[in-house]
Amino acid sequence: MIGFLNIIVIICIIVFALSMLGMVYRVIKGPTLHDRVITLDAFGVTLMGMMSLVSIVLDTTYLLSVIMLIGMIGFIGTVGFAKFLEKGVIIENDRDNNS
Amino acid sequence: MIEIIIVSIATLLLIGGAFFTAIAAIGVIRLPDTYTRLHAASKSSTLGVGMTLLGVFTYFAYFHAEIDSQLLLAIIFLFVSSPVGAHMIARSAFHSDVEPYKLTILNELKRDETGSEIETEESVRLKIERSKDKELDD
Repeated sequence: MIGFLNIIVIICIIVFALSMLGMVYRVIKGPTLHDRVITLDAFGVTLMGMMSLVSIVLDTTYLLSVIMLIGMIGFIGTVGFAKFLEKGVIIENDRDNNS
Repeated sequence: MIEIIIVSIATLLLIGGAFFTAIAAIGVIRLPDTYTRLHAASKSSTLGVGMTLLGVFTYFAYFHAEIDSQLLLAIIFLFVSSPVGAHMIARSAFHSDVEPYKLTILNELKRDETGSEIETEESVRLKIERSKDKELDD
């Protein structure tokens, strides 16, 4: 049974890798900067899944905390980039000033 | 017997996750403009990776007898944070004047913010016909 599961996991890793390659194509080509940020966000989410599959192949649970970290850093990066592209500042000190 | 059931559940979750992630990648490559690409990239990849993480959780819960709370936390965090990030990027793209695809017929945020051109059913239908003509011309 465990051999069957290993074959499935390897197939899933191949599919994930091909998906990430496609996203890299969009990151390089993407017409606007927003396309690149969106695709990098999806890339980070896909990297989380890839990492969990690798932890099955290596048969270890130490990699599972890395998943959480990648998710957090990806989310913070996306929000920071969104605010920077919209207003030019990331942390607004004066929130009442609608300029 | 129980092993067959557990392996079946994990396999179904893993294959479903890989399927939805592949759909997300195809959508990101093929769709025409920023907003539709955002639709593919945020929803589909979140569901796919959530299913994959649940499958990995099932694997470790049975074969290692280890209930890993970090994985469950990662799933919850993913499902909370992904829509927030997608919303912020979409807002920022709209305010940076990223053009929608030329066949887009109803732009509610633009209508609400500029206050001009109240759209009725009649005007929307006219717009659809006009855009179809444009499509045929191209």
